[in-house]
Amino acid sequence: MSSTILLSRGRVVDPRNGVDGVRDVLVRDGTIAEVSEAPLKVQDARVVDATGKLVLPGFIDLHVHLREPGEEGKETILTGCMAAVAGGFTAVVAMPNTKPVNDSVLVSEYVKAKAREARLCHVYLAGAITKGLQGEEMAEMGALVGAGCVCITDDGRPVMNAGLMRRALQYAQLFNLPVMVHEEDLTLSGKGVMNEGRASTRLGLTGIPPSAEVAMVARDMVLLEETKGRLHVAHVSCEGSVRLIREAKRRGLNVTAEATPHHFILDDEAVGAYDTHARMNPPLRTRRDIEAVREGLVDGTIDAIATDHAPHGVLEKQVEFDKAWNGVVGLETALGLTLSLVREGVMSLQRAVALLTDGPARAFGLAGGHLAAGAPADITVVEPEAEWTVDSARFFSRSRNTPFHGRRLTGRVAQTWVSGRLVFEDGQIKESR
Amino acid sequence: MRHLLGIEGLRRADIEALLGRAEAHLHGGPDASHVLRGRVIANLFFEDSTRTRTSFEMAAHALGAEVLNWTTAGSSVSKGETLLDTVRNIEATGPVALIIRHRSSGAPHLVARHVRCAVVNAGDGTHEHPSQALLDAFTLRRRWGRLDGRTVLIVGDILHSRVARSNLHCLTALGAKVVLCGPPTLLPPGLESFGAELTTNLDAALPRADAVMCLRVQSERQGENFFPSTREFSRMYGLNAARAERLKPEALVLHPGPMNRGVEIAPAVADGPRSVILEQVAHGVAVRRAILEEVCR
Ligand SMILES: [Zn+2]
Repeated sequence: MSSTILLSRGRVVDPRNGVDGVRDVLVRDGTIAEVSEAPLKVQDARVVDATGKLVLPGFIDLHVHLREPGEEGKETILTGCMAAVAGGFTAVVAMPNTKPVNDSVLVSEYVKAKAREARLCHVYLAGAITKGLQGEEMAEMGALVGAGCVCITDDGRPVMNAGLMRRALQYAQLFNLPVMVHEEDLTLSGKGVMNEGRASTRLGLTGIPPSAEVAMVARDMVLLEETKGRLHVAHVSCEGSVRLIREAKRRGLNVTAEATPHHFILDDEAVGAYDTHARMNPPLRTRRDIEAVREGLVDGTIDAIATDHAPHGVLEKQVEFDKAWNGVVGLETALGLTLSLVREGVMSLQRAVALLTDGPARAFGLAGGHLAAGAPADITVVEPEAEWTVDSARFFSRSRNTPFHGRRLTGRVAQTWVSGRLVFEDGQIKESR
Repeated sequence: MRHLLGIEGLRRADIEALLGRAEAHLHGGPDASHVLRGRVIANLFFEDSTRTRTSFEMAAHALGAEVLNWTTAGSSVSKGETLLDTVRNIEATGPVALIIRHRSSGAPHLVARHVRCAVVNAGDGTHEHPSQALLDAFTLRRRWGRLDGRTVLIVGDILHSRVARSNLHCLTALGAKVVLCGPPTLLPPGLESFGAELTTNLDAALPRADAVMCLRVQSERQGENFFPSTREFSRMYGLNAARAERLKPEALVLHPGPMNRGVEIAPAVADGPRSVILEQVAHGVAVRRAILEEVCR
């Protein structure tokens, strides 16, 4: 099989390198060899006609839950990677809240081995900040970095202990490691199950006020300023957080942030008549928060779109709303939802692509995210005008928990290339072992 | 109406039809003992409420139905069975309607999506208690004829009250003005958007009210810091005899029960001439007969 591939005449959008136009992309031995405005003639190349399609750097998701080890019924590293490449993602960062928690070299090595076996996309690791995510003792950060962790986080839980958080921000500087935070003051969110507002009042459900998130963002900005550490704010959901992060960036703090498609598309009315698929943490907020998150995505306050892909089984969702688990799957719907912002005129295609590629790559210092010669040949080919209806029954993910089932989306992944290997094409996973 | 899950969304005509039917039942009306003869109504109480359960049971019997009383005590729920499994098992015995009381807001909605028979919400979490609101409206209507232009003041823990929510929707639909009163910590956001007026000042609100509804204060809320103590709550928001003096002479006093006498309502007021609390209880059966007839049609 030829290891030379020519993606010809697609519209290449590569924000980092300022490219937006019809180009030929030549891939040799898993690496981008050349991106040319003029058509290339290459002997022995496998030629892929990309006319009318978008040729983009492979998407990078900083925030996914692959559930293995421990909850393989919801997702495995293999099925999670299948969902990733089907959604155009060539790299994902696996969160540590598995069972057992990834707070050790042993778990890191296990995940890496499974990812190698799956052989679909790059799986980067996030290690825990604290042992067992208990929020009490720091996990062995140096060992985790040695095992390949690219960030640390107790995601799913906040670090309530401010002193511990401060030390983590200081200690992580030994490794120039971003500390990713799930911002939630548990004394404010309490037993809340959705955003506090008109909708929670109507449904008689306990509300989570925005202050639960904003107060923690404020605390962490103070700690960040003092420690000069590196902070990444996960799944920003409300106006106050966007404002604080914007100010912090203006003051030169080393902070990055991500937002999820569900937080920039849906508001808390999506809970409707107790639809547990709209239960997530942080909760869906209001229209006003959606607008603020969108502004943050456009003006660079928010660096990346991440899915917080969180698979759950029917048993966790087909229950009373206050007993349901938090989370939605997101890998296979992210592109279409992101492109809807482009269609609505909220942002340019270049910005949308940057949020899926360059932004996340820079936030965590990952390879990829662009298509210059020498970069890994991680490429997502998109049919921008293809319309499709989300059918959760057809997900590659092992779970079906999405509030977007039945939604019409425009823009579909035609091909996903990882290190020059075609791993997904026309709805099929390619098992080119 | 296939189910009665809440008052929200019901039209005035729907509500008036139910109240009209209840009126007929209250007066004896035509013999209805054959209406549900041979049918089974299942009372599913995941949370204790002797009062509501008994009232539904009497209503079902009056329509000739058999009643299956099911409670969580000693049931498979305590062994970890899910709500849907429990309900599907009971549905398999063939009831025409499930009457559900549950701690979780929205539990009857979940059930209604998964069963074929009718579902009646007998109180879900802090969401709605539609039969209670209908019997409250029924009681007021019997006294006043019409609710249009009347002002009903609801006092207490609005945040956690399913009675307050259902009454807000019901009374507003029937043309009354609803004023909700309580400490700021117990007035959830967005209530104005459903047509309510909010106030934290009970004494100022009392003279305008044509009826006052006192809500039960749950003492466990004290530990959650919604208010400093039951005593302080009572001092600020309890309907004592002195406060009742500020009411219009003909103003009525309601309470959905069970009462904490001396906390949200003084015994003298609860048992006084303005009180329609026992009428409420008596009207419950007639209203619930009307509800069962409607959803089992
Ligand atoms: Zn997460």
